[in-house]
Amino acid sequence: MNVPPDKPIIVLDPTGERRPATRQRLDRLQSLSGITVGLLDISKPRGNVFLDRVQERLRERGVEVKRYRKPTFSKPAPVNIRQAIASECGAVIEALAD
Amino acid sequence: MIPRSTAPPLPSGIVAFVKRDCPTCELVTPVLAQIAKQASLTVYTQDDPGFPPGVEAVDDTSLAVSWHHDIETVPTLLRVQDGEERERTLGWHRGDWEALTGVSGLGPELPEMRPGCGSLSVAPDRTAELAVKFEGSALRARRLELASLEDPNEAMFDRGWTDGLPVVPPTEARVLAMLKGTTRAPHEVVAVVPPDLVECTVEKVAINAVMAGCAPEYLPVVLAAVEAACTDTFNMHGLLATTMPVGPVIIVNGPIGQRIGMNAGRNVFGQGNRANSTIGRALQLVVRNVGGGRPGDIDCATHGNPGKVGFCFAEDEEGSPWEPLSVHRGLDPGVDAVTLFPGEGPRCVIDQLSRDPDSLARSFAASLRALYHPKLVLGFDCILAIAPDHARVFQEAGWDRARLSGRLFELLQIPGQELRRGAGDMAEGMPEGKTGQALGLPASLAGLTLPKFKPGGLLIVHCGGGAGLFSSIIGGWVSGAIGSEPVTREIQP
Repeated sequence: MNVPPDKPIIVLDPTGERRPATRQRLDRLQSLSGITVGLLDISKPRGNVFLDRVQERLRERGVEVKRYRKPTFSKPAPVNIRQAIASECGAVIEALAD
Repeated sequence: MIPRSTAPPLPSGIVAFVKRDCPTCELVTPVLAQIAKQASLTVYTQDDPGFPPGVEAVDDTSLAVSWHHDIETVPTLLRVQDGEERERTLGWHRGDWEALTGVSGLGPELPEMRPGCGSLSVAPDRTAELAVKFEGSALRARRLELASLEDPNEAMFDRGWTDGLPVVPPTEARVLAMLKGTTRAPHEVVAVVPPDLVECTVEKVAINAVMAGCAPEYLPVVLAAVEAACTDTFNMHGLLATTMPVGPVIIVNGPIGQRIGMNAGRNVFGQGNRANSTIGRALQLVVRNVGGGRPGDIDCATHGNPGKVGFCFAEDEEGSPWEPLSVHRGLDPGVDAVTLFPGEGPRCVIDQLSRDPDSLARSFAASLRALYHPKLVLGFDCILAIAPDHARVFQEAGWDRARLSGRLFELLQIPGQELRRGAGDMAEGMPEGKTGQALGLPASLAGLTLPKFKPGGLLIVHCGGGAGLFSSIIGGWVSGAIGSEPVTREIQP
């Protein structure tokens, strides 16, 4: 069956419908203890200033911090950065800026 | 049957269905005017509300009236009384039209008869859209609108609906077409699916069957497989959760196997046959999506096996020297059936030299003994899939299934001495003392023999290609009340 490219496709839910149709966010962390927090700089001007301060505050609380930087804010993060954050961190803070 | 939206009522009198894009409808235009003068006539027009000229027509460009009243040809002429259709004639035939309308002398200048054209309500490029329009309300599953920039396949992977392979997007039109494969109502509950114990309707099975790639005529097999898998006896929950490499194996018996083009011959466990590949996959998608049984979650298999994507095949009944498996398990011959077996991947038994049934039985027994561990007995059932070349050895010697089963049972009596833990310098083995007694074994195995399989625990199936002196072993999971028993279920149309 051909679906015109500009027409949204409607599918029927194959599941037991025990979860909401929209994808759910992960549960909010109860504590930062033992968690590595990733700080993602999207390469907008002065985003680093904000993240430097966040890093300082987190380190004061004894939280492990790792920094990441997208090559450009205008495109989604490359796969290697997403994979690194997913495998190395328990939470991520992404800084918008300007 | 799929419930339809309510049919628009027909007016009493003579009712005609026409379209401009039909030479026969053009031809009968003066006839319709003639009838309108002498009888109560209602004309429904499918493509052009201004057609036919000279007669006031009812606009049926939505095709609602044509579709609900199963109009397949235009022109179609009906005689309706009290909202009920009494008579119907297709195309133009003077005698039939005169008889139906009671008006004589119709279209004197017209030929005696002329066949009609296809009704727009059954046009191949309209049927899917019309089914969704008029039957779509019968579907109760939640609709998800994927964004126009989303690739449907990626969207379905992201939602965790797949087994890692691409699936066919379950659109309303495809699910309605799938539901035509069964006479069962979409809302009928087929089973309660573990592990989440969710009631699963025919419609939900159809959605997953679409995704798996099934054709509608496979749906009855999938429904029977879901029913059989979700019984306490089969214990799908335990089968999912086990660390052993087993999953549901579906064996199809009865004429339906050939009817839907299943493979019972060459490469029977392999790739390449749509029905074999997709029926087993549909069951696994139901377990995954409806029941919530997912690898890495409740599915704790250490290795699993590639058949857990889906493992389904038909028995070769035509070439078999024996009664079909389903008949052996109590159903009547000729009844369509599935047998669900909790199985691992198949392994081959080679014996290219035995022409004597006892020699071949010994080869089978020696190979079967090694299943899972040569020192573990009675814990597991097993399928022995015998290929035609091997079956012929038994057939020519006049061995029926019972004789072969009986001989294998004798040959698989193993001295307890060899099975004891530590025997052969292997720690693994059958327990003795209290541990053994808890499993129903004698306190000591000394001087005893134990059978590899419990009586009836070895299922013999005839399948495979016509060349190759091979058979195949499919090991089972823990048998009995603490594990799983094979389940045979009749397939309903």
